[in-house]
Parts: sequence; C-alpha cells; structure tokens
Amino acid sequence: MTTLVDTKKLTMVQAVTDGMRVMMKEHENVIVLGEDVGQNGGVFRATDGLVTEFGENRVIDTPLAESGIIGTSIGLAMNGFKPIAEMQFLGFIYPAFNQIMTHASRIRARTLGHFTVPMVIRAPFGAGVRAPEIHSDSVEALFTGMPGMKVVVPSNPYDAKGMLVSAIEDPDPVLFLEPMRCYRSTKMDVPEGKYNVPLGKAARLQEGSDVTIFAYGAMIEVVMKAAKTAEEKGIKCDVIDLRTLYPLDKEMIAESVQKTGRAVIVHEAPGTGGLGETIMSLINDTSFLYMKAPIERVTGFDTPVPMFALEDHYLPSADRVVQAIEKVTQF
Amino acid sequence: MEKLFPKMQIINENGEWKDETYRGEITEELTKELYTKMLRSRLFDRKGVNLQRQGRIGTYVPFEGQEASQIGSAMAMGEGDWMFPTYRDHAATMTFGHSLKTLFLYWKGRQEGCIPPEGKNIFPPAVPIASQLLHATGAAWAEKLKGTDRASIVYFGDGATSEGDFHEGLNFASVFNAPVVFFNQNNGFAISVPIEKQMKSKTIAQKAVAYEMEGVRLDGNDVFAVYFHTRTAVERARKGEGPTLIEAVTWRYGAHTTADDPSKYRNQEESVNRRETTDPILRLERFMKNENMWDEKWAADLQESLTLEIEAAVKEMEEIQAPHYNDMFDHVFAENPWPIESQKEAYAHSRGDR
Repeated sequence: MTTLVDTKKLTMVQAVTDGMRVMMKEHENVIVLGEDVGQNGGVFRATDGLVTEFGENRVIDTPLAESGIIGTSIGLAMNGFKPIAEMQFLGFIYPAFNQIMTHASRIRARTLGHFTVPMVIRAPFGAGVRAPEIHSDSVEALFTGMPGMKVVVPSNPYDAKGMLVSAIEDPDPVLFLEPMRCYRSTKMDVPEGKYNVPLGKAARLQEGSDVTIFAYGAMIEVVMKAAKTAEEKGIKCDVIDLRTLYPLDKEMIAESVQKTGRAVIVHEAPGTGGLGETIMSLINDTSFLYMKAPIERVTGFDTPVPMFALEDHYLPSADRVVQAIEKVTQF
Repeated sequence: MEKLFPKMQIINENGEWKDETYRGEITEELTKELYTKMLRSRLFDRKGVNLQRQGRIGTYVPFEGQEASQIGSAMAMGEGDWMFPTYRDHAATMTFGHSLKTLFLYWKGRQEGCIPPEGKNIFPPAVPIASQLLHATGAAWAEKLKGTDRASIVYFGDGATSEGDFHEGLNFASVFNAPVVFFNQNNGFAISVPIEKQMKSKTIAQKAVAYEMEGVRLDGNDVFAVYFHTRTAVERARKGEGPTLIEAVTWRYGAHTTADDPSKYRNQEESVNRRETTDPILRLERFMKNENMWDEKWAADLQESLTLEIEAAVKEMEEIQAPHYNDMFDHVFAENPWPIESQKEAYAHSRGDR
C-alpha cells in the first residue's frame, strides 16, 4: 500500500527552515536564537519568516557574541527549553568553543545525568561559495573529537529536514552542519509534515562492487560526479553519504568495504586529524583482512582555507577523486 | 567611583551599627542562624584543608575569610531559585542545600559531588572562569519565559571580570532583562595576581553602569550587608526589574588552592592582621556581645555539635563504595553510542570482568 504524502519542492536551506517550523509548531519549548535570525531571517534566510510566525520570545535576535549565545542556550536547555542556536558560520564558532567543550558536551557526564543540555547548534560551513576569509572553514573534526557531542551533516534537502527533526528530538547536544554549497544547489521533494531521518545512519547513494567512496556534505556532489566518470571507465563505486560524523555508521562502513575491498575517503577538511583518519582506523578494526588496496584519502590540505581566489585548488575535485579511485583499483 | 559605589555596611568591624534600616529584622534568631552557618562552613573548610594535607581528599579550594559573602548571599535565595557556584563557593552551596557529604565527595574526585539534592537547582562548580555567568543568565531567562518569579544567583571572583564571558553574561542579562544576581566576591587576588594588575577600575560594581544595570558594592565580611542587599537584588529580579551586579569586598586568608603557597606572592601578615580586624565571624561575635545575644555555653555547644556533624560527613564520604568504571562510560549521552559501548566492553575485558 502506498501512502500519499504531500510534498513541496524545497532547497536545502528551505528544508532547514521547514524542519524548525514543524518542530516549533509541535513543541512550545523549541526556540531559535542567534545573530540576525529575527527580522532578517538569518544571513542565509534559514530562519526566514519564523519570527512572524512564532514571535520574538521564540525567535530571538541575540547580541553579537557566540559564547554568549551558546552559554545562555546551555542555561535555557537545562532549564526546560530546546534551543536551536545558530552560528552564522562554523568559522565564527571559535569564541564559543570553551562553552561547548567544557560545558555543553559534558554536563550530563559531570552530573551522572542529573543535568542535561538538549540543544542543537546549527552552523553553515565549508568552502566553494566565494565567501570572505574565515567564512569557509570545515572544522567538524574539532567536534567529532569532543566527547559528548553528536555531529551531523546532511547533503540534500530531504535529509536536512529529517535529520534536523531528529537532532531537535535528541536528548543531547547536536552540532548540525549545513554545507553552504548545497543550500540552494538543488530542489527536492520534501514531505510537508514531520518525519525523521535517523542520526547515526549513513545512506548508500549508489551501489557498486569495486570501490567504496565515503563522503559527506558538499563533497557528495563531487564524488557522485567522480563515480560517474569511474563508471564510464568500468569501475563500479559504492557511494556512502556518511551523514552522521559522530557516531559513525560502523555497520554500513564495514559492510561496504568488506564487499569492495577498496576505499576512497573524501572530505574538504584538512587531512591531518580529519574524519578520514577515523574512518581508516574503523576499517582497520573491522575489515583489515578484506582490503585489497591501501585506503586513499582526498582531502583539504593542512593549510588554512585560502581566500577564494585559491579555494578551487584547496577543495577536493572530481578529478582528484577519480585519480584516487584509479589508484586503489589498479593497486 | 569609590564615592559613587561606597562599600556599604550594616555593622562595622567592631560589631557596631552603621545602618539601622534593617534593625527590626535583625533578631537574635536570624543572627544566631547566620553565625551558625558561618561557623559550620569555616569548620568544614578547615577540615577540607586538613583532609587534603593527610591525603584523604585531592586538591582542595579553601574559602576561609569569605564566609559572610557566601552565606549572606545564599540565604537571600528562595526555594526553586538557581545557584551557579565556582569551585570556591561551597559555603554558599551548603547553605543553599548541598550536603556536607556531597561537598566532600566532590573534593574526593567523585562525580556524585556534582549532583544536588532533588529539587535543589545547584549547578556543578564552574571550573573555567566566568563561563557560568551565561548559564545563570540562560536559566534565569528560561524562568522569565516560563512566567515564574524564580531567579538565579551566580558567583565569580575578581579575576573573572577580565573574561569575555563576564561581559557577555552581563550584557545578555541586561538586554533580556533576565532575573539574575551577579555576585562577585572580590578577594583581591586571582591566584597570585592582585586586583591592581587585573583592572584599572577602582571598583567592580561600576562595571554595571556599562550595562544599564544596578551596581552594588558592599563589605563582603558584613553578613548583614550581604544578606539584606542581596535580598533586595533578588526581589528586584523577581519583580522583573532586571539583573544586579553585586561586588562583595572580602579576603581569602589562605591559598588559592592547597596546591599553592600564598606567601610566595603576598605578605601573609596582612591575612594574620585581618583575622583580628575584619574577620566576618569575629565581627558577628562582637556584634552579638554588643547586643547581649552572646552566650559562651551556646557557642561552645555549637562548636561541638558542628564538629560532630562534619566528622560524620567525613565518615560518610570515606565509607562510600569505590565508583564503578561504568559511571564514566554510561552518562556521556542518554544512550551509549557504539564507540563508547565498544570501549567499555574492551576495558571490561582487559580487566577480566567479562
């Protein structure tokens, strides 16, 4: 039996707005706070219209202070509210690092569960949109290495809304990263009501038997292009969108590489200390004897994200990914 | 600025009246209650230092000398209010509801030391400096949004006023008119750095002006001044009249923690002199003698019963079972994600536990 669900064609940023709207309608304690999130609707319009619909007590323009936003959100969260705190860009989160590292992520552990901080931190991130300096950082690994935080990254409008709903329902702090390059790149049918895309679960975007490609966020478009080129050369790629970076979907990662015996990991964050290393160690732990070739990584470099005249050199390209695919298949 | 923000007193060092506004409320009962709580915390504090010296607890953070500031302010808070202490504020938290056993457990390195009794909104001590001002603001803001008349009190030292979070906390509370009392204990030193090197401003209370907020400077060793002026600030907060910054000028006699030696950075003779002159407990004793409230037998019995209470808490602290390592794994998230679960299993296996 097929159930008909009303859908709308939405971009990712519209899907994010819709996710917040659905949850704010359902739960009075869900509030949005950040810089310019009110009348202006956020610098990317992610909170567009919410202040009109829910009022200034629930969609709050805060003073320009990231530590202040996260610190007060902690107080609100452990006193009955579910704050969705917007960081204007992930590259602006650094003043709040202390609040996230020393409080948000560990209050549950410190108090053996007596106090908890159920909050969502939303942050646009990544390079490739010709943004000014510091606006393009991809520092998810600072947070995947932070005990007590979940870190998630949707790559399309459907996942964005469903994962945001799950993040808001999660009893613990979740860093919800929104790849800026994907904000308006495509439209997709998105169900109108509430639905969940579970956290901790990756998605297989393409079935293949020769090599697994792991990526997330804005790199999905890049690896899909590479997989198509590879296919023309007779190489079948299993493409996995990780979606949740902590905790990783261990089962799907292991299952895929045990089938293909080869892996290429792609992310735009710097190679050293990046998620690629974590995934490699996971493959080592689960699938060492299945591997037919050393794992390849295509990542950003151990350099600050350059100003945008150089960002195309910095970002992993489909060409580099194809070269990595060929390297592991020809090993 | 010192003229604009005078150090308010209700009784002076000799226990003589300076301000009789609250004379009708300063009964023998209230006075004895404050004296009892201050003595209790002082005996606790000395016990804490001794236990550390004997290796029975870890590093301990003493507050001796600051009893009036902490107890006067905590007494001004009501049921259901929120308290955000630092690691030096156990006199405040024991007054507001923490058991002595819980406080000792904290210094014995036990997570249980972070958990308040049911119904008491006491946050675990903030270890980073000034970060807790924002939590207090957020919690108070939540009460305002819920439409209650509950308030927050948050403790911090003079050094904390240099941190960005101090300013962000005051600014957010001011902008959102959050019911918070920012209670600063200015003991003159941030570990070793004297206040003259911390700030050029003559007072901390004056910093309230920048946030269009009430600023109050008081003698932090006068428990009546602390109690009544904090109570006024809490009442204002409850009525929706906004936050207050209180500077309680006080002194810590001892070290920053049991891990440092104050004689290295200041002349400890001043601490010795202050014990004879500005001590908060001695001052109250002098006041009680002046007002014919003092009774030697009562004081001796009190000392004895408080000592017994503290010894009993030490015994309880020492009799508690060693914690199970699962406590470390099982409370990071509501449900253990697989990495934690597999690390927990591997650790148990390495110990031969499964």
